[in-house]
Amino acid sequence: MPKVSMTVNGKNVSAEVEGRTLLVQLLREKLGMTGTHVGCDTSQCGACVVHVDGKSVKSCTMLAVQADGAKITTIEGLATGNDLHPMQAAFKEHHGLQCGFCTPGMVMSAVELAKHNSNPSEHEVREWLEGNICRCTGYHNIVKAVQAGAKAMAAAK
Amino acid sequence: MYEFAYHKPASVADAVKLLAADGEAKAVAGGQTLIPTLKQRLARPTALVDLSAVRDLVGITVGGGKVTIGAMTKHVDVASSADVKKALPALAALADGIGDPQVRNRGTIGGSIANNDPAADYPSACLALGATIKTNTREIAADEFFKGMFETALKPGELIVSVSFPVAEKAAYMKFAQPASRYALVGVFVAKGPAGARVAVTGAGPSVFRWKEAEAALGKSWGVAAVENLKASASGLNSDIHAGADYRAHLIGVMTKRAVAAAG
Ligand SMILES: Cc1cc2nc3c(=O)[nH]c(=O)nc-3n(C[C@H](O)[C@H](O)[C@H](O)COP(=O)(O)OP(=O)(O)OC[C@H]3O[C@@H](n4cnc5c(N)ncnc54)[C@H](O)[C@@H]3O)c2cc1C
Ligand code: FES
Ligand code: FES
Repeated sequence: MPKVSMTVNGKNVSAEVEGRTLLVQLLREKLGMTGTHVGCDTSQCGACVVHVDGKSVKSCTMLAVQADGAKITTIEGLATGNDLHPMQAAFKEHHGLQCGFCTPGMVMSAVELAKHNSNPSEHEVREWLEGNICRCTGYHNIVKAVQAGAKAMAAAK
Repeated sequence: MYEFAYHKPASVADAVKLLAADGEAKAVAGGQTLIPTLKQRLARPTALVDLSAVRDLVGITVGGGKVTIGAMTKHVDVASSADVKKALPALAALADGIGDPQVRNRGTIGGSIANNDPAADYPSACLALGATIKTNTREIAADEFFKGMFETALKPGELIVSVSFPVAEKAAYMKFAQPASRYALVGVFVAKGPAGARVAVTGAGPSVFRWKEAEAALGKSWGVAAVENLKASASGLNSDIHAGADYRAHLIGVMTKRAVAAAG
């Protein structure tokens, strides 16, 4: 079986995987990091979004072997101790979630947007979240949270 | 997914060798189409040959009246390339409208063209701009490349190396996206370039095609007026739960007008 090594939230990890093991399976099943969710498993919903070398990707649509040598950040890697990341804090403050299932993916996707756009318009946020589906909120508060989170991230720099 | 072996060659030559040695092996680029296909067990390759370590397949060069894009160049890199935005802004805009940010962060131009999904965006740019598809063995004109639904001129084991787009004087792409998938219900790429006035339609038929009547009209006099009253035929167009053939035919007219207006 192929052996893969990568950093996950700053820690070096290695594991034996099958060729067909998905990145999300490695994270959840081998490493026990269940913050990253699987909603659709068909590349549609974005619940599984993580960062691979700083870019958001659907971890259900990437093989673990393809992530060999990469730097992975998951939702578990955002907070510093008990201090939420500004984007997480904004989701809490603006009530950008109801059941919370889509939230890890929403937050990871939003963090990438905020990296290139610290002041996104409502339209820009909605376009960016094209690949993230929420079944509860109607998106309204998610959009507000992402706008506030992006500003807070810029201010925290 | 069925289990498969995994290879990550560092050169085109090694990738071609691996594919030649095993007729059931398949190349994987961004995986945004292939991985979902494997999950549904619609394909059962014995091995995947990952092209992501082949450095020669990545990159964008502009020169000699052409924009040349390596097969493994990701949609996001075409969308955000200052060179593409300057030389062929319609192509950068097209790449920026593919799927969603996560698909654009992984999906590649080579994978999109090799797959030839009936609703994919890039094939329309290839046909309208008169692109040349370079493989490990030959150069193929876009007109000869897209053969039918999910079908191309590629031989088994043949790899796309790059795609060259002649720079056009005017060009624009207009996509009427299917609201759930964001694939084109109908997308129209118009161009006035070295190959003349060209109109390529995706999403509407079994494979991308040129709308010759509109090309003739635009060739005589480029402008919205030339295509104002032109109606596309619904014969042979796709009909599904998202749209009937008549509606798709109507959209071809509307998107063509919008694209010509946008191209200026
Ligand atoms: C949610 C979602 C939405 C999408 N929306 C759109 C959209 O709106 N418009 C659009 O155009 N596309 C869309 N796509 C498809 C996306 O653009 C894919 O990236 C693309 O179709 C395939 O590229 P890939 O690099 O992922 O290829 P892969 O999935 O890795 O490969 C696809 C096929 O091409 C072959 N292949 C790959 N590279 C080469 C090469 N260099 N030479 C020869 N054969 C090769 C593979 O063997 C495979 O058969 C969407 C995908 C998803 C998951
Ligand atoms: S679980 Fe990956 S996109 Fe839905
Ligand atoms: S909060 Fe329930 S799916 Fe988004």
